Amino acid sequence: MIKKITTPDDLIRIKKQTRTFEKVPEKGVHVAVGMNTCGMASGAKETMAAFRESLAYYDLDAKVFRTGCAGMCFYEPLVDVFLPGQPRITYKGLSCDGVSRVVEDHILGGQVVENWVLAQTVVGDKRLPGIPTYDEIPYCRGQHKIVLARCGHIDPEDIYQYIAMDGYAASAKALEMDPEQVIDTIRRSGLRGRGGAGFPTGLKWQFVREAKGHPKYIICNADEGDPGAFMDRSILEGDPHAVLEGMLIAAYAVGATRGYIYVRAEYPLAVERLRKAIQQACDLGLLGPNIFGSDFSFDIRLKLGAGAFVCGEETALIASIEGKRGMPHPRPPFPAQNGLWGKPTNINNVETYANVAPIISNGAEWYAAIGTPDSRGTKVFCVTGKIKHSGLIEVPMGTSLRKIVYDIGGGITAGRAFKAVQTGGPSGGVLPEALLDLGVGYKELAEAGSIMGSGGMVVMDENTCMADVARYFLSFTRSESCGKCTPCREGLTRLYEILDRICKGNGHADDLDRLESLATTIKDTALCGLGLSAPNPVLTVLKYFREEIEAHIFEQRCPAGVCPDLVWYRINADRCSGCGQCRRACPVEAIVGRPKVPHEIDRMKCVKCGTCLEVCPPRFHAVECVSGQVADEPQAVSSER
Amino acid sequence: MTNAISDIEQAEVILVTGSNTTEMHPVIAACIKRAVRRNHARLIVVDPRKIGLTFYAERWLRPRPGTDVAWINSIMHVILRDGLENKPFIAERTEGFDALGPLLAAYSPERVQKMTGIKSQDIEHAAHMYARASRATILYAMGITQHTSGTDNVKALANLAMLCGHVGVPGAGVNPLRGQNNVQGACDMGALPDVFSGYQPVADEVTRTRMAQAWGVEELPQRPGKTLMEIMEGAGSGDIRALFIMGENPMLSDPDLHHVASCLGHLEFLVVQDIFLTETAKLADVVLPGASFAEKDGTFTNTERRAQRVRQAIPPIQGCRPDWKILCDLASRLGVPMSYETPRAVMDEIASVTPSYAGISYRRIGKKGIQWPCLATDHPGTPYLHKGRFARGKGRFHPVDYAPPPEVPDTDYPLYLSTGRVLYHWHTGTMTRRTRGLVECAPECEVEISPKDADIHDIRDGDPVQITSRRGRITAKARITEKAVPGMIFVPFHFAEAAVNELTLRDVDPVAKIPGIKVCAVKLQKAG
Amino acid sequence: MAKTISLTINGKRITTVPGTTILMAARQVGIRIPTLCYHPRLSATGSCRVCMVEVRGRPTLMPSCTTTVEDGMEVVTANDRVLEARRLIVQLLLASGNHNCLTCQSNGACELQKLAYDLGIEALAFPARSSGYPRDDSNAMIERDPDKCILCSRCVRACQEVQVNEVLDFGYRGRRSKIVTAWDLPYAESDCVFCGECVSVCPTGALTEKQAKFQGRPWELKKVRTTCPYCGTGCQLDLNVRDGRVVKVTSDTLHGPPNYGSLCVKGRFGYDFIHHPDRLTAPLVRHKEGFRKASWDEALDLVASRFSQIKQSYGADALAGLSSARCTNEENYLFQKLMRTAIGTNNIDHCARL
Repeated sequence: MIKKITTPDDLIRIKKQTRTFEKVPEKGVHVAVGMNTCGMASGAKETMAAFRESLAYYDLDAKVFRTGCAGMCFYEPLVDVFLPGQPRITYKGLSCDGVSRVVEDHILGGQVVENWVLAQTVVGDKRLPGIPTYDEIPYCRGQHKIVLARCGHIDPEDIYQYIAMDGYAASAKALEMDPEQVIDTIRRSGLRGRGGAGFPTGLKWQFVREAKGHPKYIICNADEGDPGAFMDRSILEGDPHAVLEGMLIAAYAVGATRGYIYVRAEYPLAVERLRKAIQQACDLGLLGPNIFGSDFSFDIRLKLGAGAFVCGEETALIASIEGKRGMPHPRPPFPAQNGLWGKPTNINNVETYANVAPIISNGAEWYAAIGTPDSRGTKVFCVTGKIKHSGLIEVPMGTSLRKIVYDIGGGITAGRAFKAVQTGGPSGGVLPEALLDLGVGYKELAEAGSIMGSGGMVVMDENTCMADVARYFLSFTRSESCGKCTPCREGLTRLYEILDRICKGNGHADDLDRLESLATTIKDTALCGLGLSAPNPVLTVLKYFREEIEAHIFEQRCPAGVCPDLVWYRINADRCSGCGQCRRACPVEAIVGRPKVPHEIDRMKCVKCGTCLEVCPPRFHAVECVSGQVADEPQAVSSER
Repeated sequence: MTNAISDIEQAEVILVTGSNTTEMHPVIAACIKRAVRRNHARLIVVDPRKIGLTFYAERWLRPRPGTDVAWINSIMHVILRDGLENKPFIAERTEGFDALGPLLAAYSPERVQKMTGIKSQDIEHAAHMYARASRATILYAMGITQHTSGTDNVKALANLAMLCGHVGVPGAGVNPLRGQNNVQGACDMGALPDVFSGYQPVADEVTRTRMAQAWGVEELPQRPGKTLMEIMEGAGSGDIRALFIMGENPMLSDPDLHHVASCLGHLEFLVVQDIFLTETAKLADVVLPGASFAEKDGTFTNTERRAQRVRQAIPPIQGCRPDWKILCDLASRLGVPMSYETPRAVMDEIASVTPSYAGISYRRIGKKGIQWPCLATDHPGTPYLHKGRFARGKGRFHPVDYAPPPEVPDTDYPLYLSTGRVLYHWHTGTMTRRTRGLVECAPECEVEISPKDADIHDIRDGDPVQITSRRGRITAKARITEKAVPGMIFVPFHFAEAAVNELTLRDVDPVAKIPGIKVCAVKLQKAG
Repeated sequence: MAKTISLTINGKRITTVPGTTILMAARQVGIRIPTLCYHPRLSATGSCRVCMVEVRGRPTLMPSCTTTVEDGMEVVTANDRVLEARRLIVQLLLASGNHNCLTCQSNGACELQKLAYDLGIEALAFPARSSGYPRDDSNAMIERDPDKCILCSRCVRACQEVQVNEVLDFGYRGRRSKIVTAWDLPYAESDCVFCGECVSVCPTGALTEKQAKFQGRPWELKKVRTTCPYCGTGCQLDLNVRDGRVVKVTSDTLHGPPNYGSLCVKGRFGYDFIHHPDRLTAPLVRHKEGFRKASWDEALDLVASRFSQIKQSYGADALAGLSSARCTNEENYLFQKLMRTAIGTNNIDHCARL
């Protein structure tokens, strides 16, 4: 039987005894493989297996660790090799093919394998020449990790490693404070909800504490539904105890005895790691009755969501936990008064809870000193889209979009120009280049017409059509609308229909006004956050990219050359050598021409698949994609989409 | 009902027994379900069948048919054993309590489990739920009364309510759910052999004299008359020579139909007044076409004693006459002129001769109805009875012992048969079986058989089956359902072509003369 | 908490109790806010967004049916912002499905129709788009037309909260949303028990009494309040009459006890028998093996003379009468009076014992 933890001293004892891969190996070697979903999708499982096999083959004294995601998903599989007396070396993109070389050259031969090396972590003063430290990598410079501090540094399936990195020390500290003191600390830290709306966390806790009703509940919203967002998943997979500990402290502060984590069933690894984490915490007495020998008891249950976007909305989420259809209801009453089973309920998201323990450990002032006056602390973003380094970053609030896109993100892929960035998921606004110097913060983003959301960030390049983008996001939100309130259910579909006809060149002159008034009314009347924010992409596109929409309507032209109904393909006879590549590749035999003679495209047959453009040898550059009103004098837009 | 229907939603604990409320009284069932879902009332259902309400119940107690006195006594046994009785109420409001304890001693839950099949812990749980509630109501229907022990069953329930003091306050009471729209009113109006309207006994000379005076006749018969079952027997034996039946169909509703047919066949003269040519009307010498509820004015009194208006919506169907007019015409021809202009005038006379209706008039009934007793034109009516004191002064405990039903399954007839109604039909089906939507939902007679019994008898869902008792045999369609419990089948009595009352017993309760239709023994086999 | 709350609505000062919604507070002073999904017997869900009002200091419009009053609140129920939003919402509803008033059974009783009229809507702002869901024609009592459904969820709440049959709920999502039974089965195959509560609360023609179709427009029907002829509950109902025929049965919450507007399948749909061709239309007198029709005088004379004869031969107690639990109080009273006076016997009973 495992001994339960009852005092802070127990934590210190465990901390001393537990071996983590970052502790200098006393002998032998430490190898750590990033084993989050992103790593495994890149073959980390095979890499890890190859290490075990190879290390066993050479009969090496080695310990192979499993870790979470360090945020650099684009470099997975990431592997750390730590030899005594040497800096810790991080390899990137290390598939199983490279494992034997790392074992033979580096572990056996002491030679870092340069093909895959990413960075070194200096231990003591021994630094290898020619290999950057993390701080010297642009992607890491400018980041400030609080929430993600342990991700990629511990084995998420081992509670002892969490404790070894000061885990549960904050709980021990909090339980020695009055609940009111805990709330006051959170309040003074300036922490605001990281799920989207940014409600001050301390204030919310206070409402729940003061609300009449028993029992009270804690809910962790882990129903991350934004396409392209994986902050919550990475935290749950990489450091699940950070979330449990945040919930534990919140429960103590508000007087709750039962917690629920509502997590998507589509996150099987996160679910599995949470299950293990909860079990381990129960085994050690960190969940369950009389935690740290106090009167305080708390347990946590998992509830798997079935993949409805709207269940990220707190009232819908609560309905779903209760076994009802996930549909929001009007607030007030807020969950703090009338939540789960009609009882006072505190609901925060994963990242918010993950911030709690560090704040308790380091103090409100420490946290409040990070970020901006309006938005304190750091924020985790998932940067995706047409950007070189897509992955998970954590930056202080107030960091400019430019810094995120260009410095951390490495700029736009394929040398193209930046066009827009969308923040806050499918119902966030689309911000243009002119706003790149905007610092990320609740107020700043809202004023620009977007939202913080839970931290999605999609970067778009010059080859993106903004009408198409708005339509795309509407197609998502309209099909995820729960169907309860009229503006969201009917209004979003109408927005979509109007955008669709604009993309097809059938827009009416008054469609701009219609879009505007419809979107504004939806934003003014929808029942829940989904509907209230869903028009944001439309409104920001109208605000910042109006000309592009007008080109679709008035000129039947798609300036980005994206909308299939508004573009066509032609062969520039001056440049065509009649090589026949396009003719042979065309799936509908729309291209005619004899060898060595310039070819032509039969527009009646052409289905605009773009294959000819792709196969035309770059030295000829003869196929052009054009968009415009006058067929005889088409205006070339882009020949390389 | 001692209390009003709306009272149900104020109860903390609701005990429903012998009532398939969701099908027989759907609107009252909605009150129960709302109480459970919205007000978190706790529901106990005691019924041999897995009726719809069991889905909403905290506890479902499943007695063998006809063992009601036993389980009710056992609940009281537990209450007394654990000291949960309402001592102040018993002391102040009741009498005869001392006799109760000794009788109940024999009804320990363990022993009663053997008698009834109800698990002893369920009896204990139900006893505690009912006794500890601040307001608890008992609802029952024909599943309690239509037994040879019907009167005892009701007495036992009354004992239980008094034992806990759940009488005379809102959200409490002992509440029979009356099966027919105006069965309450028919009783109130003196369509009974021993009383005039308002339950004034015919045997009482003062009353009789007063009634004779009011009615302008010299004298009135003083000996109480025969009850329904006695009238039928009388017809068979020749004591009764002529029978006037208004709006009833005993040829389907009464037990042991072969016997009923033979009795009616002995009559010299049978008059039936109805809106359709019912099974009974077919035997008549004269059939008088009456009017439906839509074609006449009047009042009905519902199960909560609320007198309400019936208003004429359409003229009588060509050739028909409102029943009240027919009666007036006939009475006049028999030498007692009745010249009421309207039903309103009749109600005025009712009020003048009936103390409990004295304050009721069409004007006062208005839109909300009025609940009797309503003793004067300024009396507000009575939402619940026995407030402060019982009608008879002190409530009397009537300890009753369990007696098994007259017929129980044996090797020849191994199954219990119970009868009743289904949601989509009503009584003998004269009205509902002429309504398309209802017929579509329940086109034919279906026998509810448990999967286990179906298995034993090699019967599949939809098979025609033959059911035989010592009195007759019918054929109907098998419906295999979890609603039925092993060892018991259920057949509705709406269907003339499969008239289940050909099988039932005509043994009656010795006091109320109610036949024990709810229990008899049958055998089952696949037909054809 | 303060015992009373004072606020202004359209500049009018109002004092009311905590917990009151803006809608109720407005009604208390005669300010009408249009509603659609709101129903007095059902919980407020704030889903249709027609009753939106402007509350000073709130970033968005607020639904008046679910927003409770607060001290010092300043509410405006009808300015350009509010009316524009309301109009657009009604436009969205009008264009969803197929709201063809001309052929609709609810024409004249439809709340959506009235709302559109009151808001001055003359033409559709969006092309009408069918839901694509077929009509539920599965039974003889209730017709469901998803193309006339505006998903206000009154039927869902009526089914769950009033009748507690828990048969209906939302199905699917977004614009594919539909009110469904479990597994989206037609009513006839579902657990529906045809109480018709859903029909009674439907604001449009999505749920209608099938047999009443083409039997009369709402304004042609005369409602006669009466008492249900089936079980002992004594539900209050309205017979809807046109040209001397009962074509529909409805009820009304305002009728009060015992049923507050609820009915069951028999009360609501079991009226065919009134006009059934099997109805007896003339007195019948036994003739050989069957009957022959007789005049009322002949029949009544026959009865009177036979009763008198038998009374004379065997005494009054050789006669008996079975009265009826289906007939009125007045008739039962007259029946026993007849038996006791004109015949002179107490042999009277009825089926109370059955």
